[in-house]
Amino acid sequence: MERKEIFKRLDEVFQDVFGDDSVTVNDKTTASDIEGWDSLRHITLLTAIEDEFEISFSLEQSFSFKNVGNIVDAIIALKN
Amino acid sequence: MDYFIYPIDNKSLLRKKIRIKRDLLSKSDRFIDKRIAVLGGSTTNEIVDQLELFLLHYGIRPTFYQSEYAQYWQDAMFGNEELDNFKPDVIYIHTNWRNITEFPTTSSSREETDVLLEKTYNHFAVIWDKLAEKFNCPIIQDNFDRPAWRLLGNSDIIDHRGRTNFISRLNQILYRYAEVHKAFFVNDVDYLAACYGLEAWSNPLYWHMYKYSLCLDAIPSLAKSVADIIKSIYGKNRKVLVCDLDNTLWGGVVGDDGVEGIRLGPEVPVGQIYSEFQQYVKELKSIGVLLAVNSKNDEENAIAGLNHPDGPLKPDDFVSIKANWENKDRNMQAIANDLNLGIDSFVFIDDNPTEREIIIQSDFGVAVPVMDKVENYIRVLDRNGFFEVTTLSSDDLSRVEMYQANAKRVQLQESVGNYDDFLKSLHMKATIRAFEPIYIQRIAQLTNKSNQFNLTTLRCSESDISSMRESENYICLYGKLEDRFGDNGVVSVIAGQIEDNQLHIRLWLMSCRVLKRGLESAMLDALVSDARVRGLGRIIGYYYPTPKNGMVKDFYSRMGFEKISEDADGNTTWRLGLDDYRSQETAIEIRR
Repeated sequence: MERKEIFKRLDEVFQDVFGDDSVTVNDKTTASDIEGWDSLRHITLLTAIEDEFEISFSLEQSFSFKNVGNIVDAIIALKN
Repeated sequence: MDYFIYPIDNKSLLRKKIRIKRDLLSKSDRFIDKRIAVLGGSTTNEIVDQLELFLLHYGIRPTFYQSEYAQYWQDAMFGNEELDNFKPDVIYIHTNWRNITEFPTTSSSREETDVLLEKTYNHFAVIWDKLAEKFNCPIIQDNFDRPAWRLLGNSDIIDHRGRTNFISRLNQILYRYAEVHKAFFVNDVDYLAACYGLEAWSNPLYWHMYKYSLCLDAIPSLAKSVADIIKSIYGKNRKVLVCDLDNTLWGGVVGDDGVEGIRLGPEVPVGQIYSEFQQYVKELKSIGVLLAVNSKNDEENAIAGLNHPDGPLKPDDFVSIKANWENKDRNMQAIANDLNLGIDSFVFIDDNPTEREIIIQSDFGVAVPVMDKVENYIRVLDRNGFFEVTTLSSDDLSRVEMYQANAKRVQLQESVGNYDDFLKSLHMKATIRAFEPIYIQRIAQLTNKSNQFNLTTLRCSESDISSMRESENYICLYGKLEDRFGDNGVVSVIAGQIEDNQLHIRLWLMSCRVLKRGLESAMLDALVSDARVRGLGRIIGYYYPTPKNGMVKDFYSRMGFEKISEDADGNTTWRLGLDDYRSQETAIEIRR
């Protein structure tokens, strides 16, 4: 799966989870860039990403993401 | 797309909750507001978010108090200012087996286990008592789900040292508490977990990562279950099940296949499934659900099908049968008119997606579950919680008879020319008295479901009604009406609050099934006479308009009140001086 395609689908997930159609993400996006991305919303977000890509992150992974780029890396690794 | 109809769309409810909430809030402005305190033994944030969606869907706009993480016991036991000031209308205690602090060990004796069981039970019972005493409001408590593992394998359920056995015994005592405490409800998490699949439900990842007692994906179904209890308490259950016939109540098309050709009864598997479904529908009637038919059929074929010897349902089980070639949306409105009930309290079942779509598109607020395969019919109706039972009053049980008696009254009215003569021929007897404990449940129920003849639409819990009953400053009356066709039960309620020399009517409602019988006049007569006994000079009435109570807009004027104010929203205030009030003539014999 291409990074570009993953980002396109991630944008939709983020827009749903944060209820804001203007949200877009890139490799560098972090929690502080998006209003409302707190630890509680993080759970909803990761679950929605897991559902979207039909994957499941390990416990360690869930806590290790520093930015959206890390999440994309993990998706690619799990998909291959 | 209806996220809330079973099978509910967990993934969208979680992922799109912000948008869904926004849509629900913008779609309607007819919410009742309720304050819900959620006391958790684990994380409750997502549970609260999902509960909010389901309650909004049911027309209840909640505000929440959430205990700090796992502080359910401390909050209940010692209180805190925020919770006290919040004054909850409902308390939901979300606890799970991990909140049981001590389990028996393999070396525990039977006696030690029994002592521990008692101690564990008391740990919970003490907070239920405390909360009930302090807040006097409905309490919803989760029962305990099964733990995710069984140290003793199959023996875990039978051996007193097994956790599964211990939890199952604890649940039994919890149910006994619920049996004797009327405002205490159990949310059957144990059943929900079984339906969801215990392994997925109790995925320990969610506990260790986020301190959720269940997996995130199962939270919408947990929230739905709690919301079902709450909407039932506040009288927002569905009331009528409207059924299509062909391929819904039996297999095949009675008009084409003939009565002998439809699939119903023990001969073929499909016939057995339809019989079982009919039996379930008949049992719904026994919990007070009204049944009606809306079918494209010649009426005689429809009746013949319903008289099938192997069908548990008979024509008499239905309070209205529309079998004709009208469009189903028209028929649906006709049924609502017949029964004098809001169409938004209907559920419609039909195997045909096009017919279902017509009802959905007409936007009546009818619930239209997807009935795609006959083997799923019972589950779809059952899990949707349309008719969630929180109280089973004797009135619920006799409702069907009452509606049938009403149909007979209509016939009599048609045969007697003059309306006054008709009223006399009914031989009505009314009991009008101060609230009595045995009617508290019924009175609370009425305040929550009467929409049309309801001046203030004040919604009350049983505790609210009890408080009014016990207050020195209230005059509270119920009216119960019987006639030659049967007992209508308690059908009218007035509660007036005394301030200085005046009685302010906080609540006045009447069930529409006794409209135009003169009971409202008899109630006012009784109220005036009680007010005089208390030495009061005036009665002040209030009318607060809603989309449904237009019929009583001029009620106070008809009763001889004088309008003293009206605001921009159409809220009106009325005054009646007691000195020159003369009692009204009715055809009702009054017992006081």
